[in-house]
Amino acid sequence: MDMVVCIKQVPETTDIGWDPQTGSLIREGVPGILNPNDKNALEAALDLREKHGGLITALSMGPPQAEEALREALSMGIDRGILLSDSLFAGADTLSTSYTLGLALEKIARFDLILCGKESSDGMTAQVGPQLAELLNLPQLTCAIEITVNRSAVKIKQKLEDGFRILETCLPALITVEREINRPRIPAMDSIIEAYRDKKVQVWAGADIGCHTEHLGLKGSPTRSRKVYRKKVKRGEVTILEGEPDEAAKELIQILKQKGLL
Amino acid sequence: MSPDELKEYKGLWVFIEQRNGNPVRVSLELLGKGRTLADQLDVDVTAILVGEGVSGIPEELIYYGADRVIIADDPIARDYRTEVYADIIVEQVLREKPEILLIGATCIGRDLAPRISARLETGCTADCTELHIDKEMRLIVAAKPFFGRNLMADFICPFRRPQMATVRPGVMELKAQDRKRKGKLICVDLNLKEEDIRVTVLETVRSAPDGTSLEEADKVVVGGMGLGDVKGFEMLKELADLLRAKVGATSLPVDAGWISKDYQVGQTGKAIRPRLYIGCGVSGAIQHSAGMIHSELIVAININPKADIFNFADYGIIGDVNEIVPALIKELHEMNPKI
Ligand SMILES: Cc1cc2nc3c(=O)[nH]c(=O)nc-3n(C[C@H](O)[C@H](O)[C@H](O)COP(=O)(O)OP(=O)(O)OC[C@H]3O[C@@H](n4cnc5c(N)ncnc54)[C@H](O)[C@@H]3O)c2cc1C
Ligand SMILES: Cc1cc2nc3c(=O)[nH]c(=O)nc-3n(C[C@H](O)[C@H](O)[C@H](O)COP(=O)(O)OP(=O)(O)OC[C@H]3O[C@@H](n4cnc5c(N)ncnc54)[C@H](O)[C@@H]3O)c2cc1C
Repeated sequence: MDMVVCIKQVPETTDIGWDPQTGSLIREGVPGILNPNDKNALEAALDLREKHGGLITALSMGPPQAEEALREALSMGIDRGILLSDSLFAGADTLSTSYTLGLALEKIARFDLILCGKESSDGMTAQVGPQLAELLNLPQLTCAIEITVNRSAVKIKQKLEDGFRILETCLPALITVEREINRPRIPAMDSIIEAYRDKKVQVWAGADIGCHTEHLGLKGSPTRSRKVYRKKVKRGEVTILEGEPDEAAKELIQILKQKGLL
Repeated sequence: MSPDELKEYKGLWVFIEQRNGNPVRVSLELLGKGRTLADQLDVDVTAILVGEGVSGIPEELIYYGADRVIIADDPIARDYRTEVYADIIVEQVLREKPEILLIGATCIGRDLAPRISARLETGCTADCTELHIDKEMRLIVAAKPFFGRNLMADFICPFRRPQMATVRPGVMELKAQDRKRKGKLICVDLNLKEEDIRVTVLETVRSAPDGTSLEEADKVVVGGMGLGDVKGFEMLKELADLLRAKVGATSLPVDAGWISKDYQVGQTGKAIRPRLYIGCGVSGAIQHSAGMIHSELIVAININPKADIFNFADYGIIGDVNEIVPALIKELHEMNPKI
């Protein structure tokens, strides 16, 4: 069973600059890490490979430094990495990101299952999985906390806010996974060395996946962030209850009592 | 789309998510908000309702603000399935061309909205906490907290229609029903065949709402990093019990493992609007306030008089939680020695 895992490099901190014009994050010079949720997707793929065999490809769209995220995936035991990198891809919303990933998947062609994290730690939209599934006309099973494959059928336990569902579909399909599905392995030193020394990361640009530039990057993004601004949340004046702790406490309790809140 | 094509799109739609024939609360919140936005654009609000045996719902949707209800009632739509619901909604959207489509950011809403937006090749702002209309540009502006402490970002979808957004449950007010409102019901026939649907639902387990979840709590006492450690939360629980309140937390104590994620209030936690909110050692970052700013009465206990939370609290006590919270507990005990 061949699998492709989509992974994203995200900034390590959330204390990050942005371009007030486009609202895009300024990622240059900010240390990147592999999106934590994508480690769960990688782990789920490794687990399925142990049971069913097959080749796992990690696929990431991002600036050249996103290669590090792919190396990390390789050191976890993923077979090969593909980086989609082109200045044309910059400023993409989720639809344009999905479009670009979709073309790469059409070029990869051989896969039975696509795995994604449920959401990234920076954009946090959880939209790329479902949009990618739609563009490839695949069934989507989102928010998985368990995956089982039986020949050409795949079953997941889907997490809901107040319970779960068991869903089943035929391969090929796309699954997004929750953080709690597993505990990602921590690569051993020799696998890290091997990932950097022996394994390959291919880099594909726009021309390699034959995309139409009008669908790419900021230009191909219907969603625009118009403005990023500081906002002082304010609501009338605060009344400070003064005095020693027990006096202030007494006064507060009186106020709550008067307002019928006790 | 060309300016002429954009002009063909009129009206605001709200997807009504239902469970066992009951609309989920966020859908009703969106009807109320949608009503206000639609009035500014001078257009109708349409509720789109999909399911099996949902015929009892439409009246209520009109009372909450819909002018029209599109009903797709069919056995094939009994369980929510992405393909079925996306097919139905996309077909109606292509036929009627609404300019705005709002969906509650529940698990199901966040599964459905991106699928629809990809098929329609339009933009979707995920999980927003504010919505307003830019009248000059005739656009809906969807805003949500952005990185950093006090940053917000506005998102728009200028060149494609419909403009889509998923909206965080609990942040919009649930407006009162207006039982005098009248509206139009439109039933649509489906021509979907079960054998074309690729996903089957084998089992659904939902725990019944016990009416005591954080989102529905009347009073919530929230702990932040200022509580210092796990012990601080034990103290907070004691206070909460005496007030008959629920305990909540900011994200940092959750990340620190002091309390489970279920208790997190804010942009990536739960949105609450209790009658009473008491923040103990909470600084008041925008990602937190996004989930509690609509609380009726906000009380803040913080050692730092410059903490942001004092900008939006109604009452404040400047002091150490380790002194103030025990004093409150003592006071409550004295007031009612039986507890
Ligand atoms: C604060 C913020 C808010 C944003 N809000 C919106 C919005 O509301 N609507 C919108 O359209 N865009 C939005 N964006 C832009 C969006 O983040 C980017 O389009 C991003 O490329 C993908 O979206 P995501 O990070 O939300 O990923 P998600 O959809 O949350 O990611 C889910 C999964 O998709 C896969 N994936 C995501 N990105 C990649 C990638 N580059 N390469 C490989 N796999 C990937 C991973 O498996 C990931 O776990 C926002 C950006 C920021 C910083
Ligand atoms: C993408 C993203 C999503 C986020 N989502 C959420 C979310 O859903 N919910 C959320 O809450 N946060 C969220 N955050 C984090 C948010 O930005 C803040 O970091 C967080 O809310 C701060 O938590 P805090 O107020 O407990 O801690 P701090 O900001 O560290 O504040 C602690 C406060 O306690 C006070 N204090 C210290 N000691 C005492 C004492 N002894 N007595 C009294 N007061 C004391 C301090 O003066 C300070 O004001 C998110 C951040 C990002 C980037």
